[in-house]
Amino acid sequence: MSFPWAKNYEPVNPVMKFMDEKLPLPRLVYNAVGAGYPVPRNLSYWWNFGVLAGICLVLQIVTGVVLAMHYAANSGIAFDSVEHIMRDVNWGWLLRYMHANGASFFFLVIYIHIFRGFFYSSYKAPREMIWLLGVVIFLLTMATAFMGYVLPWGQMSFWGAKVITGLFSAIPLVGEPIQVWLLGGFAPDNAALNRFFSLHFMLPFVILGVVILHIWALHIPGSSNPTGVEVKQESDTVPFHPYYTAKDGFGLGVFLLIYFMYVFFFPNALGHPDNYIEANPLSTPAHIVPEWYFYPFYAILRAFTFDFIIPAKLWGVLAMFSAILVWFFLPWLDKSPVRSGHYRPMFRKFFWFGLIPCMAVLFYCGGAPAEEPYVMISQIATAYYFLHFLVILPIISSVERPEPLPFSITEAVLGSDDSAVIEPAAKAAE
Amino acid sequence: MIRLVGILVGLGFTFVVLLTFGVGAYTAATDPATETAENVFHLHPKEDVHYSFEGPVGHWDIAQLQRGYKVYSEVCSACHSLKQVAFRDLAALGYSEAQIKAEAASKRVPGVDPNTGEAASRPALPTDYMPSPYPNAVAASAANGGKIPPDLSLMTKARHEGTHYVYSLLTGFQEPPAALAEEFPDFTIPNGGHYNPYFASLVIGMAPPLTTEGQVTYDDGTVPTVDQMSQDVSAFLTWTAEPKLVKRKQTGWPVLGFLLFATILAWFAKKSVWANAKRRED
Repeated sequence: MSFPWAKNYEPVNPVMKFMDEKLPLPRLVYNAVGAGYPVPRNLSYWWNFGVLAGICLVLQIVTGVVLAMHYAANSGIAFDSVEHIMRDVNWGWLLRYMHANGASFFFLVIYIHIFRGFFYSSYKAPREMIWLLGVVIFLLTMATAFMGYVLPWGQMSFWGAKVITGLFSAIPLVGEPIQVWLLGGFAPDNAALNRFFSLHFMLPFVILGVVILHIWALHIPGSSNPTGVEVKQESDTVPFHPYYTAKDGFGLGVFLLIYFMYVFFFPNALGHPDNYIEANPLSTPAHIVPEWYFYPFYAILRAFTFDFIIPAKLWGVLAMFSAILVWFFLPWLDKSPVRSGHYRPMFRKFFWFGLIPCMAVLFYCGGAPAEEPYVMISQIATAYYFLHFLVILPIISSVERPEPLPFSITEAVLGSDDSAVIEPAAKAAE
Repeated sequence: MIRLVGILVGLGFTFVVLLTFGVGAYTAATDPATETAENVFHLHPKEDVHYSFEGPVGHWDIAQLQRGYKVYSEVCSACHSLKQVAFRDLAALGYSEAQIKAEAASKRVPGVDPNTGEAASRPALPTDYMPSPYPNAVAASAANGGKIPPDLSLMTKARHEGTHYVYSLLTGFQEPPAALAEEFPDFTIPNGGHYNPYFASLVIGMAPPLTTEGQVTYDDGTVPTVDQMSQDVSAFLTWTAEPKLVKRKQTGWPVLGFLLFATILAWFAKKSVWANAKRRED
């Protein structure tokens, strides 16, 4: 579906005409990211992060496929094969640093993309399916990143694998057998490394498939926009190309500048020194922490320290998974008819002074040692996290008085919209 | 309905986490966590030494790396392996092919007797990796009181502030401070242990390896003080951990320069494309 004023693909070149008749792939591209896709004219730079996430995925697949040509998924030589890439493979160090930092930047971009969705309620009708697919992509990306971090077979790889698969052992009765089944043994070893490598290679292509569904679902209602007012007329939109290809081009340039600054000058700043020590099942690191992008959920996991009816560990696991699963229900928890946080005074306050500080605290505590005061601080933040999504959002959506919305995107951009005047007049004439 | 269930689940998690907070707060108030000697007396690496490879335009000090290699091969290599480094890699330190061949030939590596097939040893070739001082892990452990001396190839990347850490550790051996015995009377240094505040557990099994000036004879006339030798070997181990460190920084500048140029062009492209959209369409 598209808006009736969307430009139609009209090939002039005979080759393209031939192609369009036999396999209309150029038409698909034209309608998806070309002049054939009308997009709200008022998108801010927060709307760049969807395209950036797609570019990150491609970057990870390309560097990852080449790394896989040189990597050996065998617990005896995995660590040395990574060092072989760093030392002897032509530009291997660049590929590996791009892939490792690429994972971090992928998550940075995804987090901004998700939080843009929170602020502008991008999950609301008619875009529920886009949101649900997005949460699926996030979960798949987390699984892929976790398994990728195991592959260098350093100390954090090994102990991270042990801790994360150990979460499943919290399940009553069948937990231990499930952990053994997942690892292919009683502790992470060659069997686990091999299957993680296999899945780490396969899952990105699954993610790519879900990304295509995510974009397909997006093209049915069209992009959201900062006012949250739906597109009404042609003057509300501009064609994706050249307007947003140009804007995304600039955004991509800024992104790559920051990304390559890390790759070339601080390539290990986002990693952990312990992972340059080869995995040793007999030596436990002092602080086992995941990569930074898992910190908020790791903080929630560790916040539960008291056996209330069920063991604390099981509470932690339930809460950690619920913390993400709750996002699936957002379209039905937040019933306010107004989308954009710009017109929702209460929602806006809870977003900036509640959710954002809460996430910042969880990020910080997730990377800190499991000691006081970090545990107590993360407990308060965890309480707020669940209150925000499950209690505060449903309640404010019914008690809040939203501010007046602009008549249309055109009015929001230009200050006035002729059709806003004409329309009531036309109605009166009827 | 879904909102009601959501509110109940949300309140449920909040209740449990606040309960566990209450229990934790009560425990913290009645039974405060005791400080450990490691928490109080552990020191972060000294960062007062500047190395040529630091900073955005860092470069190797080849003479220093050669001195550092000498310290490694005459002192450290008695106990520590360097298994990621091959003799051929020494070309990056400015050694000629003949020098590398001679250096490799002076070390023996495990091999096979070509006539009998029996296990034997042979002189190393430039393609061989630096041999370990011990035939196997058991021997390494047995010779060092049950602890295997770690491989040094990646040591400076495997610790926070790795280069400074190695230097601080090498120059940080000292008598335990008097305050330590006062505050933690239970703290003892086991037999064969050595006090070093830069080591995470304060007690390291390694005896001070660099103790006297002139322990290593430098060929370039630099005075081999303990401090100088420690700096040189720290620099050398930074090279072994990341031989491509300087190449990485040198590659970074043109890449960032190109991207900056491309981003500026993209900005003007975006400006000119959007100039049409800002006007009202008549």
